[in-house]
Amino acid sequence: MKFSEYLKYLVIGTVFGFVLMKSEVVSWFRIQEMFRFDAFHMYGIIGVAVIVGIISVQIIKRNNMKDANGNPISIPPKDASQVKRYLIGGSMFGLGWALLGACPGPMFALLGSGLTIMAIPILAALAGTYTYGLLRDKLPH
Amino acid sequence: MFDFLYEPWPWYVAGPIIGLTVPILLLLGGKMFGVSANLRHACAACNFGNVQFFNYDWKSAGKWNLTFLVGSVLGGFLGGYVFANPEPIALAQSTITDLQAMGIQDFNGLVPDDLFAWGALGSIPGLIVLIVGGFLVGFGARYAGGCTSGHAISGLSDLQLASLIAVIGFFIGGLLMTWIIYPIILS
Repeated sequence: MKFSEYLKYLVIGTVFGFVLMKSEVVSWFRIQEMFRFDAFHMYGIIGVAVIVGIISVQIIKRNNMKDANGNPISIPPKDASQVKRYLIGGSMFGLGWALLGACPGPMFALLGSGLTIMAIPILAALAGTYTYGLLRDKLPH
Repeated sequence: MFDFLYEPWPWYVAGPIIGLTVPILLLLGGKMFGVSANLRHACAACNFGNVQFFNYDWKSAGKWNLTFLVGSVLGGFLGGYVFANPEPIALAQSTITDLQAMGIQDFNGLVPDDLFAWGALGSIPGLIVLIVGGFLVGFGARYAGGCTSGHAISGLSDLQLASLIAVIGFFIGGLLMTWIIYPIILS
């Protein structure tokens, strides 16, 4: 990867982190509010993001668009027959998301905002990821 | 003219920008937006004990994404420190009332000081939130094959049934935690 490519991904990540902060998606309070169905804010953000995403992906697919390097864009389909994996794994993620009030993106954006204690859940998340890797063959998928 | 940089952004501004991350990454390099994959790449970079799940070329698979993640930290610094929103969050009153009843006292920042300070590591609720919460996020994201960005944004954008099932799972877990388990942890 060339330096200019790194720069592109760095800038997109920076915009992403900036938006997460400005829209308070990173907030434990906003996640509580969302799971209590007390406000539209989070549903508005995720809903509009998905609508914009669906329209963009359809445009890319229908026009067989290529990426900046000239390679065809292919999105690998996920195997929906692994219902257990998505339901159990998803529920465990949901338990953690509501408990910590932050998913992976916000964990790192909050760390950047100066909330140094986020280093602890980030390390715990790495331990969780590693533990999944260890137990993977024993878990229902 | 740059006042908007110092103000909170409404959902109809943030939603489209987050949604556009999907096509921008696809068009730039055919990359699928998903933050939690970076946790796997980090494990692959270390891979103590030579675990098979982490035996892959994380550099070629993940350098772009780890760079994106560094950007997210930088964006957090800019959006949460340099241009931090000046006022406490305009939370729904019903949420504030419920959380106060659960013992949350600090509503000034993006997270309650009661749980998100180094001192919180000395309390049982603080330990559960920070360590068990983080662990479940990391474990669950990999088990489900993605997190909020990978499934709820990227996967749903591509109309993937698997991602819809995962998002339903996110809400089963989230509702269970918020309504049943959290009140017990904080009591």
